[in-house]
Amino acid sequence: MARERKPPKQKQTTEAAQIPGAFEGETISRRRFMTGTVHAAGGIAAAAFTLPAVGLAVAPMFDKQEPHWQVIGPVADFPGETYIPRTLTLVRGIGDVGKSTVYIRKYNTKFDNEERDEYNEFIAISTRCMHLGCPVRFVAASERFICPCHGGVYDFQGKVDGGPPVRPLDRFYTRVRNGHVEVGPRFSVNSELKRFSPRDPGMPLDGVGQYLYPARPSVRKLPNT
Amino acid sequence: MANLKPPLPRALRPQPRRPSEDNGHAEPGRKEKLAQKGISTIDWIDERTSLSGGARWLMFRKIPKGTNWFYTLGSASLFAFLSQAVTGVILAMYYDPSATRAYESMRYLTNEVFLGEFVRGMHKWGSTVMVILVFLHMARTFFFGAYKYPRELNWVIGVVLLILTLFMSFTGYLLPFDQRSFWATTVGVAINGTGPLVGPYLNDFMRAGPEFGVTTLARFYALHMLVLPGAIAAMIGAHLYLVARLGTTAPPWMKADIPADSRKDDA
Repeated sequence: MARERKPPKQKQTTEAAQIPGAFEGETISRRRFMTGTVHAAGGIAAAAFTLPAVGLAVAPMFDKQEPHWQVIGPVADFPGETYIPRTLTLVRGIGDVGKSTVYIRKYNTKFDNEERDEYNEFIAISTRCMHLGCPVRFVAASERFICPCHGGVYDFQGKVDGGPPVRPLDRFYTRVRNGHVEVGPRFSVNSELKRFSPRDPGMPLDGVGQYLYPARPSVRKLPNT
Repeated sequence: MANLKPPLPRALRPQPRRPSEDNGHAEPGRKEKLAQKGISTIDWIDERTSLSGGARWLMFRKIPKGTNWFYTLGSASLFAFLSQAVTGVILAMYYDPSATRAYESMRYLTNEVFLGEFVRGMHKWGSTVMVILVFLHMARTFFFGAYKYPRELNWVIGVVLLILTLFMSFTGYLLPFDQRSFWATTVGVAINGTGPLVGPYLNDFMRAGPEFGVTTLARFYALHMLVLPGAIAAMIGAHLYLVARLGTTAPPWMKADIPADSRKDDA
């Protein structure tokens, strides 16, 4: 018959007993506790200056730009058959760098078939090439937008006609106030000219593109458009 | 046994002091005094820091047989970086990172300031030289097999340094703020944005917003002259430490010396 064994001592008690100078019931050495406390204090101190600094660096990503509308000229200035260039201020306070050319014409049922609403009585085309952001120009003779950098070509509606661009030219919202055309915030379009929140050049919006290149918190299209 | 050594030729024998030299009891000359002062200063520092051991460890290393001019590419890259650092700090004294005044400050520096065009040119062309040297250094490491055990970590640090160097080129290109640098940066940011999922957010971070804005230039400037050089300097420190600790490799065409008394299968 097997001898009755002594029940083994609890592991914790054994360890505690091995800590030199430990009091009854202590499960962690005081040196270890101090080390942990000092590391934690250092971590908190470092986080206290790192987190606000990093927050400051990334804050502009979440700072939503409020749409602002600029008067661009009387309604009669913009025919439906060709584009009229106008200078638009995209960012205020930085001089010429914040300005950009925008091409404007009246909505024309001969070319345009997207649904009409209060924001597209006039079509405002951005000159930012949707390949890599160079400035395109409208060539009236060929009724095309042409980019000088890598040979992107867009048709009269701004849809891709050739070259490397991945989607049609961006547009701006327009509205008519007191007989004047006003140009508002930018929006992007896919190949069916459906409106999307603004994307940077090089980001396709057809198929999975709109999910691979999500809209950013800093800039959105107008709600319900 | 008789002394078999041949006598030294007369010219090489130690000369007795001439009477005019006063048998060493005279005051030491100015040269000796100066040298003594220098030595005692270095001794004073060394006694308190023990730096000389580290300096010897770093500078007086054994290098393998066959070491050649290709092994200077790393030092050349280092000196290209130091040249960029020095000229860059001085250029920063004249530069104004604001969208409305950056171009004018560069025009003033280039056309009006004594040596401005020259130092700016050193920084501009030096950046290209540095990128070329870094790539040559990388090619040397690759073709000599110097990335192999135990030097893999140094290869990894070197790749980080290469990427940081290219970031320096990217952020620095915007700073002159002429047409070329503005549009090149526009295109560069757009290329960066084509990275799926993170691209749009990275672009907003780099530009400090959805458009090229008020603080974009200052952001590029801070990255170019504070964040990236600091990271590069720290990485160079780690890189050099590992070079000194692990030593350099012999070129691949060098065969190990086999002692004459070793057995054949030991070779």
